[in-house]
Amino acid sequence: MKNQMMKKNQKNSKKGFLFLGLVIVGFVLTSILVPGKSPLILQTSYDYFKQMAMVFPAILILMGLFTVWVSKEFVMTHLGESSGIKGIAVAFFLGAIPTGPIFVAFPMAQALRKKGASYTNLVIFLSAWACIKIPQELVEMQFMGVKFMLARLLMTMVFITIMGMIINKLMGNNEKR
Amino acid sequence: MKTVILINGLVIISLIISFSKDKMKTKKSIMIALKTLGKIAPSILSVILLIGIMYGLFSDKIALFFGQENGVIGFVTIALFGSVIHMPSLLAFPLAGSFLAEGASVSSVAAFITTLTMIGIVTLPLEIKTMGKKFAIYRNLISFIIALIIAALMGVIL
Repeated sequence: MKNQMMKKNQKNSKKGFLFLGLVIVGFVLTSILVPGKSPLILQTSYDYFKQMAMVFPAILILMGLFTVWVSKEFVMTHLGESSGIKGIAVAFFLGAIPTGPIFVAFPMAQALRKKGASYTNLVIFLSAWACIKIPQELVEMQFMGVKFMLARLLMTMVFITIMGMIINKLMGNNEKR
Repeated sequence: MKTVILINGLVIISLIISFSKDKMKTKKSIMIALKTLGKIAPSILSVILLIGIMYGLFSDKIALFFGQENGVIGFVTIALFGSVIHMPSLLAFPLAGSFLAEGASVSSVAAFITTLTMIGIVTLPLEIKTMGKKFAIYRNLISFIIALIIAALMGVIL
């Protein structure tokens, strides 16, 4: 059993490296075909890398601490299947705290899932992280107007919640943990 | 910058508290962090480079999409474009605001912003790796539909 899991892990990380190789080949091809663009590409990637590197180690350690210290029961009551509206509120709150780019959220969501958070709340957490950030809403208000920002924010919250419930149903029983 | 200091400070304090309570557990949590890093590092690096490529290739073509905006096809094209490209919202909102000022429709601008923030085709490999294929595909697909609905409603309301 353990052996099998290790094999699967190895296969997974091979896939990761394969994908990285493909993207690098893609970059080399782009630089040859559209030579003027490579400085902008590298600059953008570097900016994102910097942005990520500043918070990622901290987030990973937080996730490790979370895995070790926070009990399954705690997550189940606050974010599990029966957490109801309170769970939804917690998921929105956790997602909307300004904490960095979306790729940081995925390992967090993975840890929450292992501890028994419901798919509804995981969808809300990830989607809120992606598109409802307090500083972002302020920038939106400044450039798009209050009405635009509020209307979009409200609808986004409603629809994200509905989506969470739909995905929870879709993931359903065959993924019981 | 403030959030960076805040998060790192918080984590350092948590680590100290954890260490003073239980050395073994703290060690274990750091091991978990390192293992996770090892597992997802290649995917993260790919995603970062992919974001750079998409942005480098398409950032100056955004105006073009809005210029030829017509009907449902133009609307869906803008939404697709927003799903593929990835850029900081600090840059996206001023840009979107300028399109609105130049006469682009509310719904197409809303479609662009909503898909841009909500959907990450480039981060999909990482999402699949951490959350599973089924979950990741459902979430991004339904998000796309939702984004179209929100954008269309925005056009009606405003």
